[in-house]
Order: sequence, then structure tokens, then C-alpha cells
Amino acid sequence: MDFSIISGNIDIYLEGLKNTVFLVSISLVIGLSIAIPLAVLRTSKNIWVTAPIRAFVYFFRGTPLLVQIFIIYYGFGQFEALKSSFLWPFFKEAYLCALLAFTLNTAAYTTEIIRGAIVATPHGEVEAARAAGMSRMLMFRRIILPSAFRRALPAYSNEIIFMLQGSSLASVITIIDITGAARIINSRYYSPYEAFLTAAAFYLCLTFSILWVIKKLEFRWSAHLRPQETDIAEVRG
Amino acid sequence: MKKLSLVVAVVLSVLFIVGPAGAKDWKKVRVGVEGAYPPFSFVTPSGKLDGFDIDIAKAVVKAMGAEIELVAQDWDGIIPALLAKKYDAIIASMSITEERKKKVAFTNKYYNTPAKFICKKGAIKKFSREALKGKTIGVQRATIHDKYLTDNYGKDVTIKRYGTQDEAYLDLTAGRVDLLLADSVALSEGFLKKPEGKDYQFIGPDLTDEKWFGVGAGIACRKEDTDLVNKLNAAIAKIRADGTYKKIQDKYFDFDVYGK
Repeated sequence: MDFSIISGNIDIYLEGLKNTVFLVSISLVIGLSIAIPLAVLRTSKNIWVTAPIRAFVYFFRGTPLLVQIFIIYYGFGQFEALKSSFLWPFFKEAYLCALLAFTLNTAAYTTEIIRGAIVATPHGEVEAARAAGMSRMLMFRRIILPSAFRRALPAYSNEIIFMLQGSSLASVITIIDITGAARIINSRYYSPYEAFLTAAAFYLCLTFSILWVIKKLEFRWSAHLRPQETDIAEVRG
Repeated sequence: MKKLSLVVAVVLSVLFIVGPAGAKDWKKVRVGVEGAYPPFSFVTPSGKLDGFDIDIAKAVVKAMGAEIELVAQDWDGIIPALLAKKYDAIIASMSITEERKKKVAFTNKYYNTPAKFICKKGAIKKFSREALKGKTIGVQRATIHDKYLTDNYGKDVTIKRYGTQDEAYLDLTAGRVDLLLADSVALSEGFLKKPEGKDYQFIGPDLTDEKWFGVGAGIACRKEDTDLVNKLNAAIAKIRADGTYKKIQDKYFDFDVYGK
């Protein structure tokens, strides 16, 4: 065991950390902003609206992320038409290909998570909103979506963590993420134990930070379910 | 309690009997190969491992009077898997270098060919350090070529590292990298002579600096298996002498790959 090779090459890991954090956070943000409208549309009764969304979700949930990355990176690179089009500068970059694959993948999963939460909205809330004369848009904005987000949060936190672990696949298309850094160190010093243990430590720290943020968020969003402390103080007073 | 200690005693004695089986007699040798480095090692359309390395492996083990079992392993993990006893020897065009000698024992070389760059025809007029500046160069991760490129050009070029040579070819034809650095024979037989490589050419000199490129490709074994190294050395000498080596070489190349 020789951890001096890690401390001597920590800059490679830090570059990897930066790439992992950017890849995962950007794809999660874009993925979520695609997923919310898709989830709302997915609850529509019009089959022409729901069918394409179902197909999209089915494809990206039904195939491994690694296969999706290979299709986008190596697969698309095979077509001359694409290579001579204005889109090629985008697909030429491994980083953007990974970002596209991750974004579409997380969008599909998140659509399904939010749809589930929307469908599970208690009837009473919807009826109350209708009784108050809210339009469909207003009802979604004020009642259904906020309550759906609250219900979706635990499942979505899982999705965030899965995305973090899944991002390690970026290293197969030459991106130096945390796993990519570990592979470089491993291949240079033939020390898989030190190299990958360090990568594991980085992922654990990231997961821990994510869990901490989610916990804070859950606490905030469930404020209405907690006993109100001020009231008790007033009663005692 | 008595029953338990009896069980423990039986289990322990079984473990000890089975455990240290004594020195190996090498009736069967498990050989780790790569399978994605044509023409040295590749997978045929019917799914079989084939290539120069594979044929050499079969010939060498046969010359030892042993049976062979081929194990395909990704290049990245090929040395760790040897150390973890997933197989007993690596025959995968592995160059003999000082760094690797710290982890494994090598036989004598079984071939030696220079390294070279390739690029798209006409993309680089005249090869020089300056001409490479700012280019993206692809290389297989954890190879002598990776080390050479990192040490000599690391600051001036963008290096893209691939798990296999085949993936590097894909990205060269896709235009994602400007040059590749690899073994010249692997490049010419595995790529340039194939239809997809027709627009590409060698550029720059033969690279043979021993500091990076070693003395050729050898068979790697675990350090404690000195008897296996000796047997393999004898086997390499034998196939060199009895013409088996030349027969295998002629199947793949029209020149001498053994080197001086």
C-alpha cells in the first residue's frame, strides 16, 4: 500500500472531481427542467401527447446508460451526414456527448418519478382547488406540482445518487472524471487498490453532501406537517 | 461444543490439505490475452480469439509440453489480474519496461517493432514538435506509447486515452483526434491496410528509445514463478529454432518482427 502515488497525483483527481460534479449537476438541472413539463403532459388523456413521451421514457429506462453513451459517442460518429453537418462540433466533444446521454437518461427517469407523484395527489386537494375556482394551469402551479415535488423528493434523491454513480461511465469515452482519474493512476502505477479506493472516497464525500442537502430540503418542505412550536410557547406563556 | 470443535477441526484440516498444493508442475498454463489489438490479438467474426499473440501463446505453451487455457482480459487490468492469479502468464504484446518489471517478471522478447504516429493524409506537412502543438493525440491507456506521449508531449498536446486500440481507430476516423501513437505494425496491419484506414498515413520517425519503448514485447509472469519464466524462455528459443515462429510470423507479416 503506497498512498504517496495518490498525493503526488492529486491534481488528476481534482480535475476528475470537477468534471464529475459539472457533468452530473448540469445534466440533472437540464434533465429536471425537461422532465417537469413531460411529466405534466404525460398525465394528459390525449394519446397523441402521451405516446411519444412513453416511447422516450421506455427507451431510456429500457437500455443501459453505457449502451446509450456508446450509441451517441461512437455510433453517431459513424455517419458522414452528421460529420459534415453543423451538429458535428457538438458531437465531436466527448464531454458534450456524455452530457447529452446523461441528460436524456435522467430526464426519462425523473419524468416517471414526477408523473407517479402527480398521479398520487390526494383527490381532496384537487377538489378543493376546483371548488375554489382555480383554472387547470393555476391548479398545477399552486397545488398539484408543489405537493408532487414533496412526494417525489425521496425517489428523486435516489435518482441524483444513481446519476452520480452512473457518471463513472463517462470514463469509457476518454473523459477524465473521478473514475477516469483512477484508471489513469492505476494504469501508470499498476496499483488498483490505492487508485480506486481514492475514487471511492471521493464518491462517498459527494454522496454524503448530496444526502445532507436533501435532508435539509425535506425538512424545509415538510414544515406544514410539523407541530408549530410558537403556538405551544404562546399557550404556555 | 464438542460437535462444533469437531466441525472446525475437519474444516481446517480440509483447508490445509487443499491449500498449499506444493510447487506447480505447469501441466496447464492459463494465458491472459487482450483480444482488441489487431493483428496481434483480435476476435474473429465467429467469436474466437485469433492473432499473432494468440498463435505464439499456443505454440509456446505447446513447446513447453503443457495445455493452454486462454483468458481474455481488458488491457487496463491485465497486470492486476495476473497478480490476482486469474491466469499465469500474459502474452499480449506487452513491452518489457523497467516500470512493469517492478510488478512482474518478463521472459526474453518474442518480438520487437518500433512505435509510430499516424494521421490523415496531408494533415501534417512536415513532422516536428511545433507541428504537433495544440493537436489532439489518441493513445491506448497504460501502454508504453501513453507513457512516452505523457512524458514528452504532455504539455503541448491534448492526450485522449482509450481502453482499446480499436476505440482509438473509431475516434480517428470520426475526426475526434488528429493523430494516434501506437506500435507501427499494429497500426499498419490493424488499420492502415484496411479499407477504413485508406485515408491515413504514417508520419514522423520510428520511435525506439529504450527508456520508453523497452527492448520488445515479452511474456509477463508473476515474480515468484521463476520456473515458469525459465520454461517459457526455453519454449521461445525452441519455436525460434524449429521454424514454428517463422511459420506464425509469415501468416501475419511479410517482414521480420523479431527484430535484431
